[in-house]
Parts: sequence; structure tokens; C-alpha cells
Amino acid sequence: MAREVLLPHTIDGLWEIIRSEPGARLYAGGTDLLVKLRPQAHLPSSSPGTLVCLDRIEELKGIHEEDGLVCIRACTTHSEIMRDPVIRRHFPVLTKALRLLGSPQVRNMGTIGGNICTASPAGDTLTPLYALGASVETRSCDSGRLMPLKSFILGPGKAALQEGEILYGIWITKDLDFNIHHFEKVGQRKALAIAIASMAALIKLSDEGVIEKIRLAWGSVAPTVLSSQTIEDALTGKPLTEDALRDVMPLVMDAVSPINDVRASAGYRRRVTANLLLRLLQYRNAGFEGLRIQEKIRSTNF
Amino acid sequence: MKISFVLNGKKRTADVQPDMRVVDLLREHLHLTGTKEGCGSGECGACTILVDGESRLSCLMLAAQLEGKRITTIEGLSKGKRLHPVQEAFVESGAVQCGFCTPGMVMTAVDMLSRNPDPSRDEIREGISGNLCRCTGYQKIVDAIEAAAKDKSR
Repeated sequence: MAREVLLPHTIDGLWEIIRSEPGARLYAGGTDLLVKLRPQAHLPSSSPGTLVCLDRIEELKGIHEEDGLVCIRACTTHSEIMRDPVIRRHFPVLTKALRLLGSPQVRNMGTIGGNICTASPAGDTLTPLYALGASVETRSCDSGRLMPLKSFILGPGKAALQEGEILYGIWITKDLDFNIHHFEKVGQRKALAIAIASMAALIKLSDEGVIEKIRLAWGSVAPTVLSSQTIEDALTGKPLTEDALRDVMPLVMDAVSPINDVRASAGYRRRVTANLLLRLLQYRNAGFEGLRIQEKIRSTNF
Repeated sequence: MKISFVLNGKKRTADVQPDMRVVDLLREHLHLTGTKEGCGSGECGACTILVDGESRLSCLMLAAQLEGKRITTIEGLSKGKRLHPVQEAFVESGAVQCGFCTPGMVMTAVDMLSRNPDPSRDEIREGISGNLCRCTGYQKIVDAIEAAAKDKSR
């Protein structure tokens, strides 16, 4: 697969390697890269000279709070994020999505930074992070950038990492003031399945059941995660009822641009994406406290 | 490349190509063939081992990543002729047919029970969602893990 495999223990060690081996391929969990690099009989071998595993760099791991924001360092594993009480309290939509990502073993190895940099249209962390309005911080040996996640994902498989840069952390604002955090993923299985369509939704629902604020994001139905100000505006101020949701379903079907592939047809994805809105009806009957109880995340650690 | 790690409680060193996959290192180099390869792409769980107590896929790990780690394979669970309680439960519950998925299932179950000693059947199902079995239909595997959980708590 590669001539050498390096495991720097510090970020300075990493910059040294990047400087001396600019062609080196970086990975953290390896659940995407190591699958891609498997030698395959019908494909020419494209082995990089050097692989660099980021797993030992402590500075690239962990979750902390700072000035009303939460920062998740890029090499934090999905399992660690899923179990984190700060994430559960403030961003349950992310916790919900992570529980459906891959499998327990994949979650123990895969990292949020890897999922973002792989930039699959079906990336399970991307949909909730778009809804949460997350930003990403990149760093190189002598500089850093901060940008909205939306600007970082350029297209299928393309992230805006420059030469010599790594993804350093993901920043999310706390106190977003939504009381409904919803995520659903449609796939051929309940685990170890790529999303055919997914939806993240954040709603602030008034006591009278009116949508005061809403953010929606859909995955796997466009080159990158899709969000639509038009659809969000159409639902703002409306009661959370079947009629109100059905009224915007045609807008959803228009907004998405799904593909046909072995897993599903474009037509199926289009219809399912619109139908996913109807799942929001499960939240309408409970008052605020009821919503908290309904969304109680099981405390088991998988 | 020389790597040092702890395997099933014993310090080991190996001199291997750094990009050798851990599943190949275990099976070909160390002749520990309990760990299986079912897919090579992280989708079946047959290659599951414990790394510092946590379940991971050895087909997606490179040898160099073992440096300094504590690894447990299926061979490391039994003590002499005494089976690990999870292995015992698999036997008692009839949870083994062809046996190919079994080492991975058992390793996953050991990790799961160390975090959640009293799982519900739904939680068990979620816990083994990374391990495929083509023979049993999973029912007896869930029975076995449930029994192992009850046994440990006695």
C-alpha cells in the first residue's frame, strides 16, 4: 500500500513530515482511505509513498467549550463525540446522526474530520453539521483559516483543503434555541449502510405548535448537502401540521437533484426526501417538556 | 519496521512491512487465524479485535498503528481450557453454526458488555450491528450475549 507509515505524536512533528513529504496521504481512522488504497486486480496500483496516521496527536482530539461555542477537534472519533455530554445536551441532532453512522467498530475508528474531508454527498456528519451552521478551522504550519462548513465542501469528494493544510477543528455555536432536533437516514439496512436520503431538522416550536424557526438539511440527494432558505421561509410561522408540511413537499422535490445508482433511483430519492418532512409530525403533540422526554438519548454507549 | 505491542497480555515485537494490515499480521505473520477476513472493507466485522479494550476492524488498521497498543484477539479470551464467559454463553446458546462470524461477534460482545453490563435485547442488536452473520439469523447470538450479561452479574 505504501512505502512507509508514519505516526507523529505532535502537530509540529506533522508539519515536519508535510514539509519533507508533500505527497504524503494523511488519515486518522482509516475507514475511508484504507478502503480506497486496497490493491485491486483490475485497477492500477496508486500507492502513495508515505502514509501518515494522525491518531497519536493529542492536540487534534477532544471537545471543549469556548465563548459560547463548542469546538470538536478533527481527529475525535465518532464514538467519543456520540458519548460526549456537551454534544448530547446542545446538539442532539449530531448525536442522533452519529448513532446511525457505520457500525460500533467504524465509529470507534472513524473521525469527524475524516468524514468531513472525504466530503461524500452522503456523509452522515455533514447533514446535521450543515443544519447546525457549523464552521471549520483549518491550519497549516504557519497559518489558519475559519470558514462555514458550506464553503469548505466544494463538491462530491472535494474539500477546500489547501496544500500543507489540515482540518483542525469544527466549531458550533451553542444556545441555538431550537427545541426539536431531528435526524433520519434512509438506507438499505439500519447499520453499515450509506444513506440513500437523509434529513436533519432543527425547529423552534412555540407552545401553540407554531414553527418559529426552522433549519433543514438533506443528504445524499444533491452533489453536497442541500439546504434551502426558500423552504425554511415557507415553513416559518406555520403550524406543525400535515397540511403545512405537504404544502412544501413540492418545493423539496424541486430543490433536490438526486442520482440513479445501484441503491436507489432518482425518483425514489426525490419522493422519499419530501416524505421525510412528514416525520416531523411526531413532535407536534408534546409540549416543551414532552419534547425533551421524547428526545431522551439512550445512555448506552455504542 | 520493528513494532512493539502487547498481544493477549504478552509483550510482542514484530518486524514487518509497516503497511501490512493488522489482519494479515495476525493471520499470516503470527499464525493467529481466529481473526477472520470477510470483506476487507470494514463492512462485515469478522476481523474485529480489541485495541486498548475497544472493538476495531483489523482489516482497516496498518501494522505501524499497533506500536504501543494493547491488543486482544479471540485467542486471548480463554484462559487455558477455561472459556471466557461470553464464549461459554455462545456455546450454551447454540449461537455458532459455521463459526466464521463468531470470533468477531464475541470480541464485539466483550467490548459491549464492558461498557453496558446489562443491555436490553434492542441494545444488544444495536451493539452487534457491525457484525454480519449469514447462518444464524442472529436470534441465538442475541440470546448468548443476554445470557453472558446475566451470568456476569451474578
